[in-house]
Amino acid sequence: MTVAPTNADLSVDKGPAGAQNKATRKVNFDIRSSGIYIALALLVLGFTVATGGDLLAPQNLSNIIVQYSYILVLAIGMVLIIIAGHIDLSVGSVVAATGAFAAVMMVDWHLAWPLAVVITLIFGAVIGAWQGYWVAYFGIPAFIVTLAGMLLFRAITYMILGNKGIGPFPDEIRTLANGFTPGFLGNIGLGGLGGADLFSIIVGVLVVVAMVFVQWRARAGRVRYHQAVDPMWLFILKVAGPAVLVMFLVVQLARFRNLPWVLVLLAILVVGYTFVTNRAVFGRQIYAVGGNLQAATLSGVKVKSVVFWLFVNMGVLSAVAGIIFAGRLNLAGPTAGNSFELDAIAAAFIGGAAVQGGVGKVVGAITGGLIMGVINNGAGLLGWQTEKVMLAKGIVLLAAVAFDVWSKRRTAGAK
Amino acid sequence: MTDTILRMSGITKTFPGVKALQDVDIEVRRGEIHAICGENGAGKSTLMKVLSGVYPHGTYEGAIEFEGQPCNFSGIRDSEHRGIVIIHQELALASNLSIAENIFLGNERSKRGWINWNETNAAADELLRRVGLDEKAVTPVVELGVGKQQLVEIAKALSKDVKLLILDEPTAALNDDDSAHLLNLLRGLRDEGITCVIISHKLNEVMGISDRVTILRDGRTIWTNDIENLTEDKIISGMVGRDLEHRYPEHEPTIGDEVLRIEDWTVYSPTQPDRALVRKANLTLRRGEIVGLAGLMGAGRTELAMSVFGRSYGVNISGRLIKDGKEIHVRSVREAIDHGIAYATEDRKRYGLNLIEDIKRNVSAAGLTKLAKGGWVDGNEEFKVANEFRDSMNIKAPDVGAIVGKLSGGNQQKVVLSKWIFTDPDILILDEPTRGIDVGAKYEIYTIINRLADEGKAVLVISSELPELLGICDRIYTLSAGRITGEVPRAGATQESLMTLMTKEEQEVAP
Repeated sequence: MTVAPTNADLSVDKGPAGAQNKATRKVNFDIRSSGIYIALALLVLGFTVATGGDLLAPQNLSNIIVQYSYILVLAIGMVLIIIAGHIDLSVGSVVAATGAFAAVMMVDWHLAWPLAVVITLIFGAVIGAWQGYWVAYFGIPAFIVTLAGMLLFRAITYMILGNKGIGPFPDEIRTLANGFTPGFLGNIGLGGLGGADLFSIIVGVLVVVAMVFVQWRARAGRVRYHQAVDPMWLFILKVAGPAVLVMFLVVQLARFRNLPWVLVLLAILVVGYTFVTNRAVFGRQIYAVGGNLQAATLSGVKVKSVVFWLFVNMGVLSAVAGIIFAGRLNLAGPTAGNSFELDAIAAAFIGGAAVQGGVGKVVGAITGGLIMGVINNGAGLLGWQTEKVMLAKGIVLLAAVAFDVWSKRRTAGAK
Repeated sequence: MTDTILRMSGITKTFPGVKALQDVDIEVRRGEIHAICGENGAGKSTLMKVLSGVYPHGTYEGAIEFEGQPCNFSGIRDSEHRGIVIIHQELALASNLSIAENIFLGNERSKRGWINWNETNAAADELLRRVGLDEKAVTPVVELGVGKQQLVEIAKALSKDVKLLILDEPTAALNDDDSAHLLNLLRGLRDEGITCVIISHKLNEVMGISDRVTILRDGRTIWTNDIENLTEDKIISGMVGRDLEHRYPEHEPTIGDEVLRIEDWTVYSPTQPDRALVRKANLTLRRGEIVGLAGLMGAGRTELAMSVFGRSYGVNISGRLIKDGKEIHVRSVREAIDHGIAYATEDRKRYGLNLIEDIKRNVSAAGLTKLAKGGWVDGNEEFKVANEFRDSMNIKAPDVGAIVGKLSGGNQQKVVLSKWIFTDPDILILDEPTRGIDVGAKYEIYTIINRLADEGKAVLVISSELPELLGICDRIYTLSAGRITGEVPRAGATQESLMTLMTKEEQEVAP
């Protein structure tokens, strides 16, 4: 039986919530949001030790990125949808359908590859608009709409391809999916590490400089507005940590075959979508919709339009992933993308997205995706059986969400 | 000779910081219809929840005695076992199940876990005859109107061998015919020996059906009396008879031009499209003026406000909105905000705030575009704005990054007000702005409302608390059953006169 809330059930003023709260928070840094980074670090450490350092070898690092790029692309779109309180089960099928369509245009119709890519992205957007319409404007739960989409777009893939694969793809597409930046400036010696591509290293240095600059400017802005900022030593640590990681990655890649093009693409997407979620009005509306749908509606957010465009966005990113995946295999096959949706959803949830919506981060989803990628790759290096890999991934997913629920309950209890 | 079936004595129920019931005594005689009257928030529903075990024994003080036996209910099943059944205002039927399934839900006619459908349906048919509902037992409840669903609830109660039937606002959602039928049914049940306790705002119904009346006010029993000794006026003065203390800040209004006129505003229910919730309402709001909207629960106050606020509630809305002398068309919340209308909801947790976000993101939620250039939000400006509101509204929190869900009710309400003030509205509609807030914070909210009026904004305050409206408003409209039944200046208004207008029935209203 439902019990109507009465006035008296609402909480009443308990006075200021205490300044000691503020002091402890600085030291006791947010374990909930940093938990996944620690988990990734531990996983990397464990597999590095177990594989005798092979995990972090130049070629293997390059492999992890190239092999998981399309999942990471999907995870970006997926986390946005999950933040808004929805889900998309159809992305695997959309990857297949868009890849197949791109293959037909490039291989059978001999369309110029840039044109074919643009049309494929539009095709992805149309698929997303279709699903977005049913979810946002017709009001069918996304779970159902995209479950239907999973079947529909797989069917369309079979209709496009018959029961065979189409290939090979133009060189440019294969390069995007599998290739590396050319060594424009030749190699430089790095002493004991051997030769490395100078251009890649310069790009890495520029990225690090840009990261430092952006962080510094943000800090300066906050200081100007008298906002609380981290003490200088912590700030330096927070900037230096990622900078060292980026330089390590770049140097390793430069020692192998330079920067994978998909990494460049992925970096652009991650930076772009991070900005959108943090700073764009649209991005903020996604969190508002997921956090409290009614409150967002009554605050003038065009809720339906936000959800609709999120699905369009997911469709476009699925098309990007579809092109990368087909290009990587050099073949568009009817079973492409099977169960990609599960990896993308798992990445988002491992990365801290909340099932009820309103919470989640692009960087978190990427980290979640990398956690799964490292497990897959490390297990491969160690020659684990498939069942062992699935076991590990299942446990990690459950543990990540359990940790999230637990830490949420703990903070609620401490209230 | 009187036979007391129920005696509740010394009932005190405390919620954190609030005494909802204080030393309440009530006696119900066997075979009578006993009405409990009181303002919204007087403690009627809380008292019934104590009685029916929703609030289990041990969470309140005092004693309950039913048929001479003390009662220590630990849940609603215990009280039903003793023959006490409560029918809540929001009906609790499973709408996709049949009438028979609903009647015997949790009380199935079964043998070893297998339901005997013949017995179930036959027994249900018999109960439906008793309550005078001409429907088949296998009909899904979803196909019935509210009035018939109410009868199914009563049939369900009868199936449990009810001795004491409690009805919370049974006719609030019914039309006249259904109400009349229901009241007749209750008289019939009384003649069969079933005792009824009825909570109602409709005083003509109370006068027409009940044998005795108990008045609750501010969580206390005021008096109990036989209906022969009562008039509607006596009941009203009992319900409102509290004195106005100095709980409201002094305020001299500077009233300017008319800023919004609502003409012939009619709104229909989204779930029952033939039922009008607001009928031909006319209101005017002027700059610098605080206008009150008084009405009992279900009178259509929130429906009126939300339909004006970008049609966010109701269907088939008709009427005209005239702002600054020009007719405006407001089809969405966004357009309402753009036209300078703001609406702070009565249920801030469900409709007003994103509880998992921090103060600054809630403050900026409705006016985010003001902080953005080319679609990008300036986070530093947002911080600055939120900080200014934290200071000016006296929001008690360590910083503007504090999660809103962890703030107290008063501070949450200040965040909601900040959000709307930031949109720089001309018209602020505040729905129950002090609900669930302690006295100190209420005073602060009143001060803020006065300040807004002094800045030249028009403020419409919807409240269930008449003293509050009399304390802060310059002019008060009364709403009854969707119609504006009166417009009184503060000087000429008393709680009694407002309550009379608020309980006026449709037919008494001059066209």
